[in-house]
Amino acid sequence: MSLKILAIDDSRTMRNLLQATLCPAGFDVDLAEDGEDGLRVFDDTDPDVVITDINMPKMDGFGFIEAARQRKRDRVVPILVLSTESGAEMKARARASGASGWIVKPFDEEKLLWAIERVASKG
Amino acid sequence: MSGKEDFRSSFFEECEELLEQTQDGLDAMADDPHDVEAVNGVFRAVHSIKGGAGAFGLEAVIDFSHKFETAMDAIRSGNVDLTDDMLDLFRMCGDNLSDLVTMARAGRNNPTAASAELEERLLEITGDMQEEEVPDFNPVTLDLGLDAGLDGETETETETETGQGLLVYTVRFQPRAELFAAGNEPAPLFRALTRLGETEVAADISDLPALSDLDAMSCRISWLIRVTTDGGEAEIEDVFEFVEDCCELTIDSSIDVSGDLRFPDDGDLRDHGPDGVNIDGAGPAVLDMPGLGDLLPDLCGGAEGFGSPQGNKNEAGEARASADQSGADRKSAVAAAPAKQAAKTTKSSSTIRVDLDRIDKLINLVGELVIKEAMLSQSVGELDIARGSGVSAALDSVKQIANEIQEGVMAIRAQPVKPMFQRMARIVREASTATGKKVRFVTIGDYTEVDKTVIERLVDPLTHMIRNAIDHGLESPKDRKAVGKPAEGTVTLSAAHRSGRVLIDVVDDGGGINREVVRKLAVQRGLIQDTDQLSPSEIDHLLFMPGFSSKTEVSELSGRGVGLDVVRSAIHKLGGRVAIQSNPGEGATFSISLPLTLAVLEGMVVQVGGETMVVPISSVQETIRPTAEDLDRLGVDSLVLRNRGELVPVVDLGAFFGFRSAPDTLEDHVLLLIAADQGPRYALVVDAIQDQRQVVIKSLETNYQQISGVAAATILGDGRIALIIDADTVMRDLGSGGPGETSMKMAV
Repeated sequence: MSLKILAIDDSRTMRNLLQATLCPAGFDVDLAEDGEDGLRVFDDTDPDVVITDINMPKMDGFGFIEAARQRKRDRVVPILVLSTESGAEMKARARASGASGWIVKPFDEEKLLWAIERVASKG
Repeated sequence: MSGKEDFRSSFFEECEELLEQTQDGLDAMADDPHDVEAVNGVFRAVHSIKGGAGAFGLEAVIDFSHKFETAMDAIRSGNVDLTDDMLDLFRMCGDNLSDLVTMARAGRNNPTAASAELEERLLEITGDMQEEEVPDFNPVTLDLGLDAGLDGETETETETETGQGLLVYTVRFQPRAELFAAGNEPAPLFRALTRLGETEVAADISDLPALSDLDAMSCRISWLIRVTTDGGEAEIEDVFEFVEDCCELTIDSSIDVSGDLRFPDDGDLRDHGPDGVNIDGAGPAVLDMPGLGDLLPDLCGGAEGFGSPQGNKNEAGEARASADQSGADRKSAVAAAPAKQAAKTTKSSSTIRVDLDRIDKLINLVGELVIKEAMLSQSVGELDIARGSGVSAALDSVKQIANEIQEGVMAIRAQPVKPMFQRMARIVREASTATGKKVRFVTIGDYTEVDKTVIERLVDPLTHMIRNAIDHGLESPKDRKAVGKPAEGTVTLSAAHRSGRVLIDVVDDGGGINREVVRKLAVQRGLIQDTDQLSPSEIDHLLFMPGFSSKTEVSELSGRGVGLDVVRSAIHKLGGRVAIQSNPGEGATFSISLPLTLAVLEGMVVQVGGETMVVPISSVQETIRPTAEDLDRLGVDSLVLRNRGELVPVVDLGAFFGFRSAPDTLEDHVLLLIAADQGPRYALVVDAIQDQRQVVIKSLETNYQQISGVAAATILGDGRIALIIDADTVMRDLGSGGPGETSMKMAV
């Protein structure tokens, strides 16, 4: 069983890049284009790890994390924030929402995979 | 991975959409400065451009979009009130960002001439809000190859060395409940540490209560981890970076490197938990771990990650690549499972992106299908098979399906004109600045769909027409006030579908065409004779004559040696027509009429003088079998048709092309009442109407040369070539005695 990752970003370019990085690394990747969409896919696919952008239409990353944390699960799904922001305030807010980690955009492949490694338990 | 270029071009495609969103948002902000969603939309679009640009290392785009974004953020957060000046600035920034993206696409990664000034003005808005975020945002040129490896943040430390530049750190780690609540767990964190070097770990379970007292939500175990690494402390901190607030963490480099890893008897780690009952009641329990790799064998992707500390960082990447061959069933998060190229696509997206070439190939094939279907129809027709028989019924449905396929394929190429209209908004802004005229720009029918190629080729002619409308059409604010008009002029750009064609109008509410001046200029330039009698409409259309320019002085804006004749010929090349309608004092309307597609045409197949020709159905208003009463003779050789109280000149198509002389009587002939875009209606004499069908357009210009009166050629069902007549030029050329001559008396 490959690990199932849900990647949420409103930028198609980012989604492409995430997919191109994660698929060859052996992950099962689902994509969503905003928080609302992400929550739907989250419910549908029950991912092992989530990577989400912050600035998105409809529902932003904080909203998504908070909503996802309300979901009843038998485990807490790690949620990584992938954002161009890197300010302490934003990170604190993400932490308060329940985020598991933070990756700064633009990501390099190694750092992204490493960040996943830091939170991913085996399924 | 070979797709880097694909990602790049897909990024630029996305940029076009994002720039469109930016424009939309700015438009909405202009309508309602308090439209929060509009401000958000602009912010996100610019933000996404910055994010993507970061992945491709497009510095100039990153820098500018960052400043733009920060200003939008200031508006968004309510720290700054939006003014009209700011809105203008944002529009200019949108334009500049668009330029930067265009340049980056062409491989030029430097700021535009306008960047510096705009950035400065943006800074005035944000003031000191521009935090030091830019240096933080380090663009990374994404390498999608397998050349993985951590960034070498090699720090020179002189602490506990073990030779070969290795340092030993001891990490104490006790997670709190929040750490688990946020989806983090110790094991993956430790595994991440193994990437830094050789790792030993010991768990302190002395705080564990009796099973009955266990609280699932709190962690009573703490860990001691010894990491031997050539990296610095910062790399270890990095591992715990996001969880440092949810755990007790110390990183120490002064612990004795020899001997067992043991917790000190009075380890401060245990201060945090209440005294509990130990499992065996025997004081601090220490679990010695030979290596984390054994603790987490199934998580760590095999032994490669643990063998030699020096090589770990690089081998980690290779381990991923080689796990496949090793055949082991290690499916850790990062250790590579067989590469899975086919990822699930997003569930919510209902569009796919297709290479244009593929569609064009399909369009060509469908074109061929239509021709073959016509040939088949004709052959079957010659077999004298009864109508309603199985064969003709089946053929009919094939015909219908072929038509539907054709329409379907054409629809794929169709795109809304909106992005092009937005480009025009920029032209309006620039022209407005250059002329000092205030202009309100209105677009109608933004979502009218037109063939992609047609849209692309419309950009230049429309640009020219918009500039022309502002430069020559609109009066100065002072002049407008003098005649009781609002100081701000209005230019309207509209698109609509009408009877199988696309109509695009450029309307201004300026002074209209000054026919006196136009006529005088045309005479001066030898385009017409002073004695020529021209209708108002004919005078207006003189503007399209080559070499005509209505302004005596060359203006900065439209005086680039390009006249409206260039516009006309560009539109003609698209199979379209352009016409002017003007009311003095009220403004002018330039109307472009275009076919929906460049590939096929609905045509009436006619016989004339033994030749087969095709008349575009869009030009035919009515077909008439004339009786003697319908016709009148004017003068010696001019015939007119009486039609709905109007006298319509009669033109013989056979005589026009020299296939035969005009017949003496028009009985047994058919008249096609032609409504051209310009000039009066006329009736075209043909011998018989053969069929009405879709014909595939084959350009005469690319295969032979342009012939006056002929728009293009086509291949008929029997494989013969037929010419498609250009209904507009037939009437135009009539005055000059046929298609041979190129001089013309009337414009267009």
